[in-house]
Amino acid sequence: MHHELDARRLLCPMPVIRTQQRIAALHRGDTLTVAATDPGALSDIPAWCRVHGHEVCEAWREAGEVYVRIRVAGD
Amino acid sequence: MTAVTQPNPSAPSPATPNARVATGLGRAPRAVALISGGLDSMLAARTVQRQGVHVEGINFFTGFCVEGHTQGIRQREDLPPKRNNALWVAEQLGIRLHIVDVVEAYRDVVLNPRHGYGSHLNPCLDCKVFMVGRAHRWMLEHGFDFIVTGEVIGQRPKSQRKATMPLIADESGAGERLLRPLSAHNLEPTLPEREGWVVREALHGFTGRSRKPQIALAAEFGFSDFAQPAGGCCFLTDPNYSRKLRDLWGHRQNRRYELDDLILLKVGRHLRPRPHFKVIVAREAGESRFLEGYRSEFTHLRILSHSGPLALIEGEVDDDDLRLAAAVVARFGQGREADEAVLEVRRPGDEPRTLRVRPLRPEEIPLDWYL
Repeated sequence: MHHELDARRLLCPMPVIRTQQRIAALHRGDTLTVAATDPGALSDIPAWCRVHGHEVCEAWREAGEVYVRIRVAGD
Repeated sequence: MTAVTQPNPSAPSPATPNARVATGLGRAPRAVALISGGLDSMLAARTVQRQGVHVEGINFFTGFCVEGHTQGIRQREDLPPKRNNALWVAEQLGIRLHIVDVVEAYRDVVLNPRHGYGSHLNPCLDCKVFMVGRAHRWMLEHGFDFIVTGEVIGQRPKSQRKATMPLIADESGAGERLLRPLSAHNLEPTLPEREGWVVREALHGFTGRSRKPQIALAAEFGFSDFAQPAGGCCFLTDPNYSRKLRDLWGHRQNRRYELDDLILLKVGRHLRPRPHFKVIVAREAGESRFLEGYRSEFTHLRILSHSGPLALIEGEVDDDDLRLAAAVVARFGQGREADEAVLEVRRPGDEPRTLRVRPLRPEEIPLDWYL
């Protein structure tokens, strides 16, 4: 199942914290796209995913916003 | 659309040359390490990790953290984003990092520090008790065995003294499950040492403010890149920030604050022309863009006749106040030497109005208006 998270207007590390909280409620194989306006989210969210073993499918900038699409790993 | 990051799901493997199975638990012991993003907590975590301990990191977001926040405000888009050091450290260690939002709970630490403030509004000792206490709670909830911090006796005048070490352990509730691997030889053996979960002899006896032992240990561990924040990791140790926070509290009926208050104290020039209102003037384009996000909540001013910053007004203002605020804001625009500047002013929910003012000259702005 695909999910979306709006983390716009939040400054790091809040987009990471919201991502962490959201993923805690998702299932293995679910995907989540996070939208943020803090450019730091483009590196911080993938870094958080790497240390937790989640797959970053794609991360990109578009129209002044950043997006990260994540596939949730099992515990 | 531009892809800028390739997925990299593989975390680096922890170096565990001394790995062994601990006694008594029937499994590898588990420690939660407070990770600030600095060198000491990185070394402390690695020290126990090398003994075969399963380590996960925890990092607390208080709202006053220097990490994050302002980098997202003033940063130019053509520069790579500044890294989050706590996450970077976790990657170097190959451990999970749990970032915990404690903004709400941390208020009481800032407002009512049992052990008082440091040089500014920094409640360092209470902060350490709070964070170790939170880590202890997390430890219990997640089935971990002990807590690791990067504290070094004598390194900080307020919170890292020999006398404060047992106090932090006691008041936090962590007690003997709090291990300081970098200063362990100067402290009584803790439960993880006595139970054989870690080998005391393989811990360290660092003291004082010298960084040489840490630098040497970093080299031994193969860490050549690490953060060494000169001004600490908390805005409450910053005299300018503390002054603005005192001003905020002094002009409200109470000392309450919201996260947005804390963020706005980090953005722009703050001037208080009258006791009942303050003007926040963006210092550059990134700050103007950031302040635009607050237009629906604040009366705000924008210069129309020239290039210039966006400004927010905090407080209730009448028309005379608005004209004064407009003259202040115009002083920071390109038309600062013009005879007249035209500004748009808008109160939340109202239609915009136009004001024509003479920009104040620098010498017409008293220094004590600047916060």
